[in-house]
Amino acid sequence: MDIQIEKLTKTYGPQTAVNDLSFKVKTGEVLGFLGPNGAGKSTTMKMITGYIGIEKGDIRIGGKSICEETNNFKKHIGYLPENNPLYFDMPVIDYLEFCAALQGMNKAMIGKRIREMIGVCGLNREKHKKIGELSKGYRQRVGLAQAMIHDPEILVLDEPTTGLDPNQIIEIRKLIRDLGKEKTVILSTHILPEVEATCDRILIINKGKIVADGTPETLRKQSQGNEILKLRIEDGDPNIILKSLKELNTVLTIERIQADQSMFELQSHSEQTSVREVFSLCVKKKWVLTELTPLETKLEDIFRNLTVN
Amino acid sequence: MHTIWTIAKRELATFFDSLIAYIILTLFLGFSGFFTWLYGNDIFLVGQANLRMFFNIASWSLFFFIPAITMKMVAEERKTGTLELLLTKSVSDRQLILGKFLGSVLLICIALTATLPYVITVSSIGNLDNGGTICGYLGLLLLSITYTAIGIFASSITTNQIVAFMTALLIGLFFHIIFGVLAQNFTGTIGQFFDALNLQSHFESISRGVIDSKDLIYFLSITVLGLYLGEWALSKRHFS
Repeated sequence: MDIQIEKLTKTYGPQTAVNDLSFKVKTGEVLGFLGPNGAGKSTTMKMITGYIGIEKGDIRIGGKSICEETNNFKKHIGYLPENNPLYFDMPVIDYLEFCAALQGMNKAMIGKRIREMIGVCGLNREKHKKIGELSKGYRQRVGLAQAMIHDPEILVLDEPTTGLDPNQIIEIRKLIRDLGKEKTVILSTHILPEVEATCDRILIINKGKIVADGTPETLRKQSQGNEILKLRIEDGDPNIILKSLKELNTVLTIERIQADQSMFELQSHSEQTSVREVFSLCVKKKWVLTELTPLETKLEDIFRNLTVN
Repeated sequence: MHTIWTIAKRELATFFDSLIAYIILTLFLGFSGFFTWLYGNDIFLVGQANLRMFFNIASWSLFFFIPAITMKMVAEERKTGTLELLLTKSVSDRQLILGKFLGSVLLICIALTATLPYVITVSSIGNLDNGGTICGYLGLLLLSITYTAIGIFASSITTNQIVAFMTALLIGLFFHIIFGVLAQNFTGTIGQFFDALNLQSHFESISRGVIDSKDLIYFLSITVLGLYLGEWALSKRHFS
């Protein structure tokens, strides 16, 4: 099921939380929803799941506007809210049964599906405990289990991996990736490597507006600009090396990194690469090239560039 | 309907899982039993085989205990964020309110059922008026749904259980006492107006054994209004 968001706007008093937001998520796509605190991520998710009303604009799920559908669309969505609210006084199994019943699943299916979810989320040893007795990571797993219990076509996950241990994070990411092959997944997170590991597409919003939209690679390419190489060249006088490198056609700037005399940072002209030239130069001059690292713009940098102003 | 029942069932289970249900039941039975059988104008002093004394006392204990039952219903969900969880499942605001309502009314029904030994005892002492007794219980039930609806409304406007309790008690106080007092102090149309709002007089006329459509409409309309306002308070999140 596709989600289509058209010109969505939401204001809280004088504050605009979401400002004329439009995007589309297709089936089989995992969308990473990024943004600094207060950017409007959770507000958007709350509107998609029908918790808060739409002020202006429209959200279409599977082609149907949620304003007209009232409650019908909710059963297609599995939602893990921010901070993962749960009933602490309920045992895990009862809680999952309660959630399944509320989603209108038929009785015969519920038991089977609960066993499946308990397996998938690794809750087998804890299933009879009360939720209040579980550790944070296990509670998170219960939250994920309740979101997926009715096998929804759309999953909306607000920071799904907070509180999980590294092994579990890897498992849950894999799970999300697998689910994303046939379902529509929107997940928000602050953990940038997570986006790279799980998402097909990234949407960065700031102050309620989209500031970037694309795959991790395209975003990187957009913001990267020129090629930057880190070099270590030995067996030569650093000053002569610097001078020779500067004379290469493809090189825009070159500077010595202070800490180590034979380390250089080289920036090529746009759309050009200096890798071959550097190598040939070293061969010609009998210098030893011991390190050549292309510096990629990190997602963190892209994020910072787009959201700090 | 299925959804409403699912929510009501969970409410009941929560009551009995925590100690709340047992405390409420014990207090209700202890309080009404003490004043019915042991203290003051008790049943032996009246010397008649009827339960009017009990119905009067039970109406007072319900007045206090129902806000205690309903205070956490929505306020707690709002505070812990589970409200978001519920309302993003296939549950409408109305279904949620009705589920909560049904859950607490069922608990009160259990409490009322637990007083049936009183009926048996009195009927073995003398000739009990069956019609009057049934009407008395009907009156208590109507009074209970009214106060439950008020309690749920009070719970849905706040995140604080104490505030919810106090608000429910305050609104209940008007219906239980203040309108009656005002009705006595005014004459003419204003007096009649306040008397029509006085819950005690409607309750008494039913528990005396007279089922008047006026009284039924009174209780049911306050109930519906309370539940409707509760639903409205929930839906306010869409517009803030």
